[in-house]
Amino acid sequence: MMAFLFGRKKSANSAKERLQLVLIHDRTDMTSAELNSLKDDLIETISRHIEIDPTAVTINVAQDGRSQRLVADIPLRTLGHRRGRESGRAVG
Amino acid sequence: MTAKVVTVASGKGGVGKTTSVANIAVALASRGQKVTCIDGDIGLRNLDVILGLENRIVYDLVDVIEGRCRLRQAMIRDKRLPELYLIPAAQTRDKTAVSPSDMVRLCDELRQEVDWIIIDSPAGIERGFKNAIAAADRVLVMTNPEVSAVRDADRVIGLLDAEEKGPAALVINRLDPAMVKRGDMLSVEDVLDLLAVELIGIIPEDENVIVASNRGQPLALDGKSKAGQAFQNIARRLMGEQVPFMDLESQNLFQRLLGRK
Repeated sequence: MMAFLFGRKKSANSAKERLQLVLIHDRTDMTSAELNSLKDDLIETISRHIEIDPTAVTINVAQDGRSQRLVADIPLRTLGHRRGRESGRAVG
Repeated sequence: MTAKVVTVASGKGGVGKTTSVANIAVALASRGQKVTCIDGDIGLRNLDVILGLENRIVYDLVDVIEGRCRLRQAMIRDKRLPELYLIPAAQTRDKTAVSPSDMVRLCDELRQEVDWIIIDSPAGIERGFKNAIAAADRVLVMTNPEVSAVRDADRVIGLLDAEEKGPAALVINRLDPAMVKRGDMLSVEDVLDLLAVELIGIIPEDENVIVASNRGQPLALDGKSKAGQAFQNIARRLMGEQVPFMDLESQNLFQRLLGRK
């Protein structure tokens, strides 16, 4: 009732969302701190070859059945002669 | 006869492994199958009391492994179902009294005698668990729709894959349809999304489980309770039958009263 009045999320949804994160870390044996450090390394390495927007880089572990997939979205910085925004997507 | 060896594991304790082993074994035996269940929880034996066979124990699993008795002598015949046997765990020893290769040897000997060997794994992922899965052809992973049980089930499923004992089949125990309906319990779909494994059974929360354990009479023996039916359905699925999952939402007051003793 209180939950309804205050528009709080159903507890089953919280359980599912929390478990999704916990299971990714359990399965990959990687904490979010380690993931962030991987992201920094990735930005540094890619920046040596191509100009990217480091603030817009996202890196996530996606679930595909019982296997995990590291998905990085790395927007490239647009050069003068290029039109619009291009992005490179690395999946590994 | 070449038995199929089925191990029930969970990681977390208290999710209902022992109850399920007793009921799946009873359900298979009530369908004319010859079944032996083995209590793998050495030091903390309980399958005997759930089955109501605690007063008949003379020899146990460790006695067989250490050669103090023959396999047949440690097999306690059930009072109700003549084709159901229990090999109890030793109570005064620990998990190191048995090794995975002991379990493989014992099950190989037993395979000739019965249709099914159902092994109750202890909680945890250490020696007792490794013993329990060593001989398994199939592993059922038990969980409850609750964060810690789901997390531990995921760990066990991962370990089974690594040991090439997968793919595991999932049993969701103690599901409360009313709580799911009001959004306060993970649904079957939620759990399957998270764990991404095959489902083999859904057992609804049922007071009769406690009543049955009080009496030492597994509820799969009488077909009235929902949980008893759910265990019968698991047995049928193990035997290769296609059985639709029960509609738990439709349980009305009348059915609830009927299901209760």
